[in-house]
Amino acid sequence: MTAVTPITTGRRPPAGGSRGRRVRRGRRGQVGWVFVGPFMAVFALVFLAPIIYSLYLSFFRDQLVGGTSFVGLDNFQRAFEDEQFWAAVGRVALFLVVQVPVMLGLALLVALALDSGRIYGKSFFRIAVFLPYAVPAVVATLMWGFIYGTRFGLVGNFNDAFGVSLPDPLSPSLVLASIGNIVTWEFIGYNMLIFYSALRVVPKSLYEAAEIDGAGQWRIITAVKIPAIRGALVIATIFSVIGSFQLFNEPSILQKLAPNAITTYFTPNFYTYTLSFSGRQQNYAATVSLVMGVVTMIIAYAVQLRGMRKEA
Amino acid sequence: MRTMTRRAMRGVGLLCAAALSLTACGSSDGDAGSSDKTVSGGDLRAALKEGGSITVWAWEPTLKQVVSDFEKEYPKVKVKLVNAGTGNDQYTALQNAVQAGSGVPDVAQVEYYAVGQFALGKSLEDLSRYGAGEFKADYSPGPWNAVAVDDAVYALPMDSGPMALFYNKKVLDKHQIAVPTTWDEYLEAARALHAADPKAYIANDTGDAGFTTSMIWQAGGTPFKNRDTDVTVDLTADKGVLAYTKVWQKLIDEKLLAPVTNWSDEWYKGLADGTIATLATGAWMPANFVSGVESASGDWRAAALPQWEKGGEVSSENGGSALAVMKDGKSKDLAYAFNEYANHSDGVQARLKGGAFPATTADLSSPSFLDTTFPYFGGQKANEIFARSASQVPEDWSYLPFQVYANSIFNDSVGKAYVSDTTLADGLKEWQKASVAYGNDQGFNVNK
Repeated sequence: MTAVTPITTGRRPPAGGSRGRRVRRGRRGQVGWVFVGPFMAVFALVFLAPIIYSLYLSFFRDQLVGGTSFVGLDNFQRAFEDEQFWAAVGRVALFLVVQVPVMLGLALLVALALDSGRIYGKSFFRIAVFLPYAVPAVVATLMWGFIYGTRFGLVGNFNDAFGVSLPDPLSPSLVLASIGNIVTWEFIGYNMLIFYSALRVVPKSLYEAAEIDGAGQWRIITAVKIPAIRGALVIATIFSVIGSFQLFNEPSILQKLAPNAITTYFTPNFYTYTLSFSGRQQNYAATVSLVMGVVTMIIAYAVQLRGMRKEA
Repeated sequence: MRTMTRRAMRGVGLLCAAALSLTACGSSDGDAGSSDKTVSGGDLRAALKEGGSITVWAWEPTLKQVVSDFEKEYPKVKVKLVNAGTGNDQYTALQNAVQAGSGVPDVAQVEYYAVGQFALGKSLEDLSRYGAGEFKADYSPGPWNAVAVDDAVYALPMDSGPMALFYNKKVLDKHQIAVPTTWDEYLEAARALHAADPKAYIANDTGDAGFTTSMIWQAGGTPFKNRDTDVTVDLTADKGVLAYTKVWQKLIDEKLLAPVTNWSDEWYKGLADGTIATLATGAWMPANFVSGVESASGDWRAAALPQWEKGGEVSSENGGSALAVMKDGKSKDLAYAFNEYANHSDGVQARLKGGAFPATTADLSSPSFLDTTFPYFGGQKANEIFARSASQVPEDWSYLPFQVYANSIFNDSVGKAYVSDTTLADGLKEWQKASVAYGNDQGFNVNK
């Protein structure tokens, strides 16, 4: 992918004969490279080089005593036996299984409601639901962190005002759910927009035909609308799968508020961050991120296969 | 398919980019430019006369004055003071620069607990060749032992944090609670206060590695020992650990500690409104009280740290930092000259005026320092308490050579004791396990 040889000569190829055709085909291939070249160069530099460099790093180990040494696949073996890493993977998997369906379900509901044309102030709701997506994740998390506070936050105020004691959203048992709530709040609008725009391009005639056939609104939704936007559903699911596996901002900011509920290996991403930034184990961190990348790819691909098979 | 793969790849790529930005493209194994020859005062004066420029990485605010004084005194020397972050952030940047072999500052601020990690990584210049070894008697024992290993001196102590008990007099007086002089009395006071006012707590604590190790230190513990690369970690049977967990477990079990993290907004609020009644910490705290808890001015006082044994006179250190000369720095002579100026000569006075707490014994015993009154503490001469504390710190303490990392994972294990049924002792045991594993992984012989 790096061997890009642009054509500089304008020489005419010899005409006729099978040999000439082969040459021309070769030339055409090379012309293609010229157009693809700039992209490939950037792609190689920005996407492939870091991966290759990480792979390179993952074969070494850097110690405070002893310096850097080649360790072969030791880091990978360690990653596969690392309880903290797999606990983190399990945590984001649980998050994925619970949070993503809830978020996408709500987003779909909102999109269908907007598309039905039966609510007043449609544009207001559309923008209101979308607005959280425009709030930077860091700000959103800080804001929710204040809301969750049981002493001076909204939860605390609520407890004081009504004399109740709500469970602490930042306790170890609830913190994952609290993060799920933040992420749901942030991304409903984004997913809603994907679904809504997919719904807008469904031909209205389909609905009319369904109505003539005697289908109610519910039947139209399940038999016409949802099948029609399956592609959008699959895409949104894949984005969400990847987003879940890359969970980082929310736990990293909430950790300041709940240091004992969020460990330094709370999510795989957070774990690699701690490993490299405070544990100076860049090599092992690179290994963990590679393994995590592969896991993410496998799951996303499985979702893709499943989504597309139904479509066929 | 294509989109998906690329997306996923981008995820990997981002991570890798993070890893990439961290790691260097080359390591600095060789002792580039470092020599073991001794440098005399005359050599230093010549270097200062000749001039040059140095870069200093520090977050200590009082150094600003020192830099301008220094430049006035030696007009040919330019000092660039850079705040590269506080604590861990700065260490990360420093570690990166050292590994990359470029952009290394000449002088860097390093907290006492982190000196070992950098000295071991061969990042710090041994200052004994400048004659810094002779300064031993000039500094308090706690700070000096943190920077001096065997015959080598890896940094010059800049400030220190002999511990004291800060207490909200208004709150304790209101509930007629005496200032505790032992930790057992402290526990009693905690019970009495919380019973009298369910919203008030004797202290806040959500698990803080620096505080816990300081407490163990005061209780006569030596959980960490190291000789070259042989390290011992004992957080299970150490006498200091046992004394600490015995009292602290009760404070946790009876919910007598406010679940508020240090330096958070809630913490400042708690210190201001009396819901956090005491704070055992280093003598550098007053400046933070003045700036962060302004509204409670006059409520607070300082007292000697409560004792583990009745009638004892033992204290501890919490925090404090030193200035080190980086091995990969370009002008080491100038760097040392600045370091000595800031921490062993005229610079010390300028910093004291700025509110810093000294590590130099001469200042700790000087009448003008001891007689300073603190309007914030109702006119109390708090330095007398701090100075006494500084002289009562046990000398045989040492941190782990990888304390920076160990502290960063403290709450993963010990933190559980604050939010679940796990006991403090079990949490410390788990912390020990994780620290031992990390140490061995980094090439030390830990508990072997």
